[in-house]
Amino acid sequence: MTPTPPPPILSAAAASFSYGSETVVDRVSFAVGAGEFVALVGPNGSGKSTLLRLLLGLLRPESGSTTCFGVDPRQLTERARVGYVPQRSILGLELPATVSEVVATGRLARSGWWRRLKAPDHRAIEHAIESVGLAEQRKRPVRELSGGQQQRVLIARAMAGDPELLILDEPVAGVDVESQKQFRDTLVHAVNAHRATVFLVSHELGAVANDLDRVIVMKRKIVFDGTPAELVASGVDLGVPADALPRWLEGLT
Amino acid sequence: MIGVISLPYPFEREFMQYALWVGLVVGACAPLIGIFLVQKRQALMGDGLGHIAFAGIAAGLLLEVWPVWTALVAAVAGALAIEWLRNRGRATGDLALALFFYGGIALGVVLISRSSTGGLNVLPYLFGSILTVGPDDVRLVIILGLVIIFSLAIIGRALFASLLDEESARVAGLPVVLANTMLSVLAAITVVAAMRIVGILLIAALMVLPVATGRLVARSFRGTIIISVIVGVVSVIVGLAAARQWALAPGGAIVLTTAAIFSLAIVFGGERSRARLTNRLPTTNH
Repeated sequence: MTPTPPPPILSAAAASFSYGSETVVDRVSFAVGAGEFVALVGPNGSGKSTLLRLLLGLLRPESGSTTCFGVDPRQLTERARVGYVPQRSILGLELPATVSEVVATGRLARSGWWRRLKAPDHRAIEHAIESVGLAEQRKRPVRELSGGQQQRVLIARAMAGDPELLILDEPVAGVDVESQKQFRDTLVHAVNAHRATVFLVSHELGAVANDLDRVIVMKRKIVFDGTPAELVASGVDLGVPADALPRWLEGLT
Repeated sequence: MIGVISLPYPFEREFMQYALWVGLVVGACAPLIGIFLVQKRQALMGDGLGHIAFAGIAAGLLLEVWPVWTALVAAVAGALAIEWLRNRGRATGDLALALFFYGGIALGVVLISRSSTGGLNVLPYLFGSILTVGPDDVRLVIILGLVIIFSLAIIGRALFASLLDEESARVAGLPVVLANTMLSVLAAITVVAAMRIVGILLIAALMVLPVATGRLVARSFRGTIIISVIVGVVSVIVGLAAARQWALAPGGAIVLTTAAIFSLAIVFGGERSRARLTNRLPTTNH
């Protein structure tokens, strides 16, 4: 049904990883093509964060392999091609730093970390801030913003490097409704206007459920890989109690 | 080579001008390094490197080499060794430091007990001194200051990015390990530059207290840098003047000035500043 896929932007081939004797990523294989908008979902403890770290090159698979732009992610030299949005709690927020200052750090992989930022860099930073709707807040300290606004700062930081691939870790966890809507618009803009590939890891997807090209459901292994419509039609059993079902399902039905 | 220029009291005399030049460099550089150390929760790194430098001074006195050189070698070697231990994950933060810090001071004490001149020569290094600062110190400290500022101009952006979020910095391919190592080496250089004026026992204060003021008052990283450096430089000028006027130990006078400025910032910094001081982590809910 789908046309021949272009060479993968992101892939895993029988990748496995264990913490001690507990295998959390079990022979996972998939490939994400250029321009796809993909969500990797699963309940807590399903290994999705570990898989994300394997794909980013922060961890090395015990067996199998992962690639990013066709190479081992740890060997990828053009790091600016990847925009990474970590969980919001990771930011060192006690530091007084403005929205502009934080977003500017996302440009370093593109501009060269040892160089001063030039005019085109500043334009890209401004554009990224505007695209997440924080232009008015650009001089404000990040620590004074709401959780949802801080999340948007991190997305703007990832966008500031003009990435071809945007990877997001639990981007909507605990974020207010206005920020979720803004978040959806930003991602759709990234996919449509910048032709970026988006790979999203989450357990709740309400805001973007209707925009996804593809959903991968993971529970240590991949238990489903297809379109949102196929997921609804297949009635796939996530193997979790009904009250623990990921909230993103609510957005699909 | 370093001539006397026309300055008003208390900086009209040659020895005061030497102290002033060293002090200005140190007053600017110590907070610059301190900003990054404080954010990395390594505020006491300056103290520890001072302990290691102390062993170097003792070795210099024993070997009859200029102690500033031996202190520089010891502190930089110690900084590299600490970073190496941290990166190997062999010892957690505190314990890796403890080994070097207490080892350093113990080695210093042992070496001094062997020195024929006894322990008296070490006092100016421990507490800082104006009278013993000479043109050699001025030249070296200015060079060290330029090294620090030039290095930060190159590595500062990557360091800032990795302070905000080390994982993303790694994903972006920024040189996180290099930046951390450079920071430790620059801290060692700062300690040696500062010890002649402020003294080993009080160096860390000049790295931390101006930064504490900057973080309280500023609303941006750039603002934190500017305010911290101004506080550091003003503290040095006021402290040296007070030291001359009332024949005080310069290190003590400088640090008391910094502490006074910090206290004023807490009292007059407004409600928001006070809230910030007591509630440093309003958004960490994980």
